[in-house]
Amino acid sequence: MSAISIAGTAETAEQARPRRAHWYRQPALIAGLVLLAIILFMVLAAPLLTSYNPDTQNLSATLQGFSSRHLLGTDQEGRDTFTRLLYGGRTDLQVAFLAVLFPFILGTVLGSVAGYFGGWVDILIMRLVDIVVAFPFFVLIIALVFVLGPGQRSIYVAITLVGWVSYARIIRGEILVAKRQEYVLAARSGGLSSLRIMGRHLLPNVITQAIVYAMSDIVQDILAIVTLSYLGLGIQPPTPDWGTMISDGQNFLTTHWQLTTIPGIAVVITGLALSLVGDGLADLLRPGQS
Amino acid sequence: MGRMTFVIRRLLLLIPTALGVTIIAFFMIHLIPGDPAATILGIHATPRAVAILHHQWGLDRPLASQYWLFMDRLVHGNLGQSLYYRVPVSGLITSRIPATLWLIAYAAVIAVVISVPLAMIAASRKDAVRDHVVRVIPLLGLGMPAFWLALILQSELAVKLHLFPVTGYGQGPIGHLHSMFLPALTVAVALCPVVIRSLRASMLNVLGADFITTAKAKGVPGSRLFIRHVLRNAVIPAVTVLGINIGFLIGGTLIVEQVFSVPGIGSLMINSIFQRDFPVVQAVALVFGVMVVLVNLLTDMAYASLDPRVRFDR
Repeated sequence: MSAISIAGTAETAEQARPRRAHWYRQPALIAGLVLLAIILFMVLAAPLLTSYNPDTQNLSATLQGFSSRHLLGTDQEGRDTFTRLLYGGRTDLQVAFLAVLFPFILGTVLGSVAGYFGGWVDILIMRLVDIVVAFPFFVLIIALVFVLGPGQRSIYVAITLVGWVSYARIIRGEILVAKRQEYVLAARSGGLSSLRIMGRHLLPNVITQAIVYAMSDIVQDILAIVTLSYLGLGIQPPTPDWGTMISDGQNFLTTHWQLTTIPGIAVVITGLALSLVGDGLADLLRPGQS
Repeated sequence: MGRMTFVIRRLLLLIPTALGVTIIAFFMIHLIPGDPAATILGIHATPRAVAILHHQWGLDRPLASQYWLFMDRLVHGNLGQSLYYRVPVSGLITSRIPATLWLIAYAAVIAVVISVPLAMIAASRKDAVRDHVVRVIPLLGLGMPAFWLALILQSELAVKLHLFPVTGYGQGPIGHLHSMFLPALTVAVALCPVVIRSLRASMLNVLGADFITTAKAKGVPGSRLFIRHVLRNAVIPAVTVLGINIGFLIGGTLIVEQVFSVPGIGSLMINSIFQRDFPVVQAVALVFGVMVVLVNLLTDMAYASLDPRVRFDR
């Protein structure tokens, strides 16, 4: 929450975007959706696309190059890289989607409460936001996973404890504006309970902003998960995951570059797809703030 | 609200945030499952060693008294004792902080050098091909794991082409500039997406302002208009963006320091995690938190004194 604003920015924002936004007129959104669909298909249909098991070692075929038998070669334990890439993506995307869900819910609830009730509840929650925001995201995530102990459960807990603040800020800001609108005043004078007004009337109107943010948040969560796994704090072997693949491959970087490079490219492309979708959604849902 | 009131208010707001940062750092120990001392010591957890740690960390006292002890030591500059190095943590941190500050400053400069021209290219013609191309670059950078880029740059430019040292911090300012180029570049690449986006948006905002229309009507040539009028007015928001993203910038240094063996506090934290050296991890997290709070304060103050249009509402 910045205490500072520049006079005149609001007017220029309003001038932009005379035309109506349609989803099919958003090349970024379409490109992102297509890319994301391909990635999701590949990781979900992994058993159909490859006949290997991601964990089966074959010590007679280690560190092989590209071939028709092993599309992307094999790693130091003779495991098929293409197979591990697909199953690794499955793990990382699954953890990332779950990891974004918890802070989304917690932040939305706390942000709604802060925005709707105001007063000391608001002050308390927003002070908490300021404190969590003071820590660099990666520093706090890594420190929390370290104290909680490595593994998926710690990833969820750490990302929830750190990630809720952005959602709380967004939802609070939206609620502050929306609660002054006539339909809310009407609902209140009609005698509806605060819970009902928040849940049935306010939330459906303010949740889009949080959903748009969630798309870019997933990218950050994937990076956090991959980074934690690279450090050995995240997803534990033998479960395949892109971070562990990069970490395993780094000892062979000068001789077998593909072992480290390919999983990294997979992370970048996934991030690109999600960012394109996020940006496209933002353009579509909140015109004037491109 | 006057300027003085704003400064005082901003300083007062610092107190609860700074206290909160210490509370979070303090509470980390209580998130450790089971007996923190026994868990941290692992296979070395003899009853005697556990008891010593309990006494050292004040775990044998009530919670409020533990926090009081923590704060009392903190204000006296005592950040605890490293379990691995067996020396005071404060000494470890002060000896390693220069490398981290170098890296942060170097990365910020590189980020500005990369971002300003790109943002100018994008903003010079909104929605043209060049604008779309520049807008995709940040999206590639946003999803790029810093440690991965660090490994690739290290292997290609340092190991294979010998253009830069593979690891280390170098000797003297020139040595630092040479040795830290790849680490700083890696951190900058992570930061660029955010800076390019904000800079492009603020340049577009400036381009729509009345004084630009006036300048155009007066016949100021395009290049001059861009540098003298647009860039000048867009730089303040860019500096603020850097300030606001200091947390992001600092977070990026952790792993990059580790990959390039830069002797900063980021690599100290990661190594201490591997050595299960809890007091060091806790202290570095605290130092990073305090650093961010202070930079945010400085950014707000600088912003308020640089830009006469700033309003002090709320």
